Order: sequence, then structure tokens, then C-alpha cells
Amino acid sequence: MADYEQLDTPSVVLRADLQRLFDSLHARGYETIAPRVENGAIIYDEVTSVDALPAGWTDEQEGGFYRLEGRDDGALFGYTVGPQSWKRYLSPPIRRLWQARKNGDGFEIVHEDAPTPHYALIGVRACELHAIHHLDDVYLGGSTIDADYQQRREAAFIVAVNCGKAGNTCFCASLGTGPAVGPGYDLALTELVTEREHAFVVTVGSERGADVLADVPHRPAAPGEIDLAEAIVAEAARHMGRTLETTGLKELLYRSFEHPHWDEVAERCLTCGNCTMVCPTCFCFTVEDTTDLTGQSAERWRRADSCFTTAFTFITSGSQRASAKARYRQWLTHKLATWQDQFDSLGCVGCGRCITWCPVGIDLTAEVAALRAEEIGQPQPEAVLEMA
Amino acid sequence: MLATAIHERQPAVARTFATNGCVPYRCRVTERHQENDDTFTVELEPAGARSHAAFAAGQFNMLYVFGLGEIPISISGDPAQPDRLVHTTRAVGTVTRAMATLRRGDMIGVRGPFGSSWPLDDLKGKDIVLVGGGIGLAPLRPALYQLVAQRGDYGRVVLLYGARTPEDMLFRAELERWRSRFDLEIFVTVDRATGDWHGNVGLVTALIPRAPFEPQNAVALICGPEVMMRYAVQALHKRGVGPQQTYLSLERNMKCGTAMCGHCQYGPHFVCRDGPVFRMDQVQRFFGKWEV
Repeated sequence: MADYEQLDTPSVVLRADLQRLFDSLHARGYETIAPRVENGAIIYDEVTSVDALPAGWTDEQEGGFYRLEGRDDGALFGYTVGPQSWKRYLSPPIRRLWQARKNGDGFEIVHEDAPTPHYALIGVRACELHAIHHLDDVYLGGSTIDADYQQRREAAFIVAVNCGKAGNTCFCASLGTGPAVGPGYDLALTELVTEREHAFVVTVGSERGADVLADVPHRPAAPGEIDLAEAIVAEAARHMGRTLETTGLKELLYRSFEHPHWDEVAERCLTCGNCTMVCPTCFCFTVEDTTDLTGQSAERWRRADSCFTTAFTFITSGSQRASAKARYRQWLTHKLATWQDQFDSLGCVGCGRCITWCPVGIDLTAEVAALRAEEIGQPQPEAVLEMA
Repeated sequence: MLATAIHERQPAVARTFATNGCVPYRCRVTERHQENDDTFTVELEPAGARSHAAFAAGQFNMLYVFGLGEIPISISGDPAQPDRLVHTTRAVGTVTRAMATLRRGDMIGVRGPFGSSWPLDDLKGKDIVLVGGGIGLAPLRPALYQLVAQRGDYGRVVLLYGARTPEDMLFRAELERWRSRFDLEIFVTVDRATGDWHGNVGLVTALIPRAPFEPQNAVALICGPEVMMRYAVQALHKRGVGPQQTYLSLERNMKCGTAMCGHCQYGPHFVCRDGPVFRMDQVQRFFGKWEV
């Protein structure tokens, strides 16, 4: 996969031939998941026909604001990211882990053994590809692995798309996570819509990518097309709506544990958990044990969870993060600081979803800037030892 | 540019496909007895062919009661007898209340053992000071078993234990037996004296200033309510037992035991994997702060 040596010359696939890409994937047993419009937003769902892609749509995003708008060039990928991310296909938000049945003098446990879905994820943006790698770190990077995630992940075929438009809440450029896609894709597309043609510059990232592309009519890209594709992405990078300064970010947040700014954020934060649901790297889950009405059979379900609930940290002595301040602080500090100690990377990929989908428009880039602007002195770590 | 290193990594390849970490194995209750009003001890043996995995003092298991739920409980038995899996817990929630009604022969599910342990093998030659509060004695008992079994390898072994009342004391018969040995120092205190109690009254931290150990050569193992641990750390520090000589066992909400569900995070640490036992200097930055 990732060790495939990229072909030197990208190819061009015409818009009129893009259906053949879907067909080629179907022929290999993939279920094609791609963007489509539903309820006024772009979501990721099963899409079998190119005609179902959001042709001629774009999005306007701002803190707490998302609207679809028309665009007149018929572009298929002329928007940024919507509320969903690919984690729902690689790590479903709700799933049964096992069932148990009472028998004579105890119970027996029946493992859940569903067949692994083979998804082709079409339209994965640069930031989202980074987010998938972050989920790999969480679910596959330790001594115990999430076998279900591993199977879905290894089966997944990734068609990445370079962004030709930066969103108002995007800040991948300042994190180095976009808008140009990095390694880890099978095929990567850059959409060109000019007066002469509507086409895709295609880069192959793996052998199976090359194999799929072989079934799709394509020709070597002309130098002008390659230059144009690069220029489009570079232009997107120049139009990011937000920036996040990463220098010294971890230490800033560690130093800011008792910063008064958290109280100010807490006055606005509704602790609704929207940010954790839309975040492509938020991985937390809970488990729920249930029984049927007869009490004879039980099930364990795994369900996406949010650190914004008080139940998340509940132990006998009560919730460990009872205040809204503590919960927002935990979420932001985890994304930007403690994640670095855990996984050697930032937990944020700059997609801006948490800003757009926050009902009150809390903007993590602005909160970090505020913490930076109002740096305060902090007690030394030894302080706890000296208080008596 | 922090994020650049990550995508150069390959998607993880199949490691030992090992055990599916989320499925318990079934055990039968072989014994259950009441320690005090709300605290009880259960002994579990595997149902079927498999045997319990070896565990280290300070580790915990996830215990499942059919249909009701699963909770982390530290192991309170002897690490030298891994086939006798022993847990001591208070009946305070849905799952533990149901566990309190278990009878011999009843079945529960077990996952584990998980987490870090008291690093006893690295502490040979040291004075060992165990400080326990209430149910916090349970995860310290495996360490005591090991210290007693390898008594010659350590300096002084001191247990400071605080309970609410004499009736709330855990493992009382065992404590009395250990106290009668000439090579163990056992000090017990209660918050409130009842009946014919003629022992110490007061906080367990008050026992620290006069406990018999050599601070420079001592290592403290602490488990109890967080506020008690906080003051124990301070009292030990005052006697010259520093953060690198102090270990504590933290409690947090846990759902998976494998550092994936995110619930037990304490700063950068997953308490289920990096803990529950931490050396004080690992967590010093956060310990004692509210709502970490």
C-alpha cells in the first residue's frame, strides 16, 4: 500500500469516464462510499453512480454556520468537508461486540462474527487521510488492537481528493495536514474544471490503485494539466479561513491548565458534544450491557462516547470532570497537547468541523490564540508537595 | 509540522491477532465472604479449560455480571497463587451490588489482568512503606503477600492503614496475624473509635511522621481516596521520601482496559494501561489539581 512507488506521470481521467472508476471498484467487490447531498448537507453514504455526487454544490462555513450553495461549473468535489467523517465506516459509532445466553448453570458468550465490509472511500480529503492515520495509532498502535477496525481498515480502498477550495473554518495548511493529500491513498484525484475540459488528474498510490485505474480510460497528463492541478491546490492553501500556531503548543496548554480563559469558554460551551461527534479523530467509546425482557440473553454494545458528558468520568466519588470548564479543557488539551505525548502527533487535523458544527461557534483556533495572548504565570509542579 | 511524521508510517500490519480484548472469559465463584457492612471478597476459578493468567501486585481485572455491566476491580489475592483469583470490593454501584449477592457456583465474566503494578522486583533492599485508606488496602494486599514471601529481600516493611471504624477494617484476621510477626510493622488507625478500640484514632497520614523507616532508603506504595493520597504524599515528602520514591494507584472510569475507549485519561496517561500504579513524578504535574 503505502510503500508503492508513485508513478512519475499522473494520468488524466475525463469526467465522462469517472463512472468507470466506480464500476471498476464494484467489479472488485467494493461498496463505494462517497459524498452526496442530504438534508442540506454533504454526507458520506453509499453512492453507486457518479450522477449522485454533489455536482454543482459548494458549502459556506463559519463558526456555528453551514449552508450549501450552488456553483455553476458542475464540479463534483467543489466543497470542503461536511459533518460526517470516514470514522463512521472504519469504526462504526454503534456496534454489537458479543452476545451472551444463560444456560443451565451459567452463561455462554457468542462472539460477534460479522463479515468485514469492503469499502471504497471516495473523496477522502488530505485532513481526513491524516485523521485515519490517527485512528490507526489509537486502534492499531498499541499492544492490543481493535480487530474489527483492523479488518475494515485493511480492506478499505482510498480514493483521495485534493482540495481545490479552502473552507472558512479550515486550517490544515498551518498544521501541515493539507490541502494536498499525503501518502496512504490508493488513488488521488485533483478536479480540473476549465473551459476546455472537466477532468481529473489522477495519481496512483498503490498497486491495487494501479489495478483499479487500469479499467478506467485514462491518458498521461499533459504538463499544463499537472501544473494546473498543483496551482489549484496551492491556491486553496492560500485561502484558509483560519490558522493555528503550533509552535510550543503542547507546553502552552500544559502551562494553561489553570488559565482563567477556561471559565470564559465555559460560559459559552453547552457541553453538547457536537465537536466530538464531528471530529474525525475523536475515538472515545463506551460499552453498554443489556438484557432482553426475559433476562435470558444479554448483549454488549460499543457506542461512540463524548468526553463532554459528566458520565464519561463517573466513579464512586462522582464525576471527575463535573464542570463545563473541565470538560472543554480536557477536549482541547487532549487534541493539542496530551495527544502529542500519547501518539507523537497533534490530535487535530485542521478540518474545522468542530468550529462549524458548534452551535455557539466556539473556535478552537481563537481559544488557543486567547490562551497565548493572556499567558499567565503558573505554580510549579512541586506546589502540591509543599501545601500542607 | 508535527503531523508530518505520522503519515510516513505504514498502516499497522497484523500483530499477534491474539485475544479479542473485549470478550470476557467465564469464571465461577468458589467463595464469597463479607469483609464488613458493604465490602466483600470473591474468589473465582475459570469455567472450562483455560486458566487465569499470571498477574502482578497492583493490577486489575474487568469483572462482568451477566447483563448488568462490567467494572474494573483490583486484584486482592496472592500473585504467587494466580489460580486463586481474588477480588475485594465495596457494593456501591449497580454491578458491585449484584456481585455482592453472588453465591458459590455463580458465573461472572473476567477480562484482564490489566495495567501497571507495584514495582516490587525493583525495590529489593528498600524499606517499603505501604499506606492504605479504606478499600485502598485491597490492591496493596498482593504486595504484602509478595513482601512477606520474599521477606529477606527487603528492608523494613511497614503498613499504615486507616479505616473509618474498627468494624470497617478489611482483612482483620490477616492484619492481626501479620502484626504478630517481628519482621512486619503494622499500624492501624480509625476515624472514629467504637466498641473496645484502644488503638490509634485519626487520619492515616498522621501515622507517617513517626513510622519506623529510613526515608533515604524508603519507597512508599499508596492507595486510597485521592485526597488521602494527596496528604500522604505531602507527609512522606516532609520526611524526605521524594516523588521518585513514591508510588500511588489511581482510580478512573474505565470501559476497555486497553487504552482505546478514552475514559480513564489523566493528562497524557491512560490509567488503565500506564497506571493504575504511577510513580509520583509521572503524575506530579496534575496530581492534586481538580478535574484533570
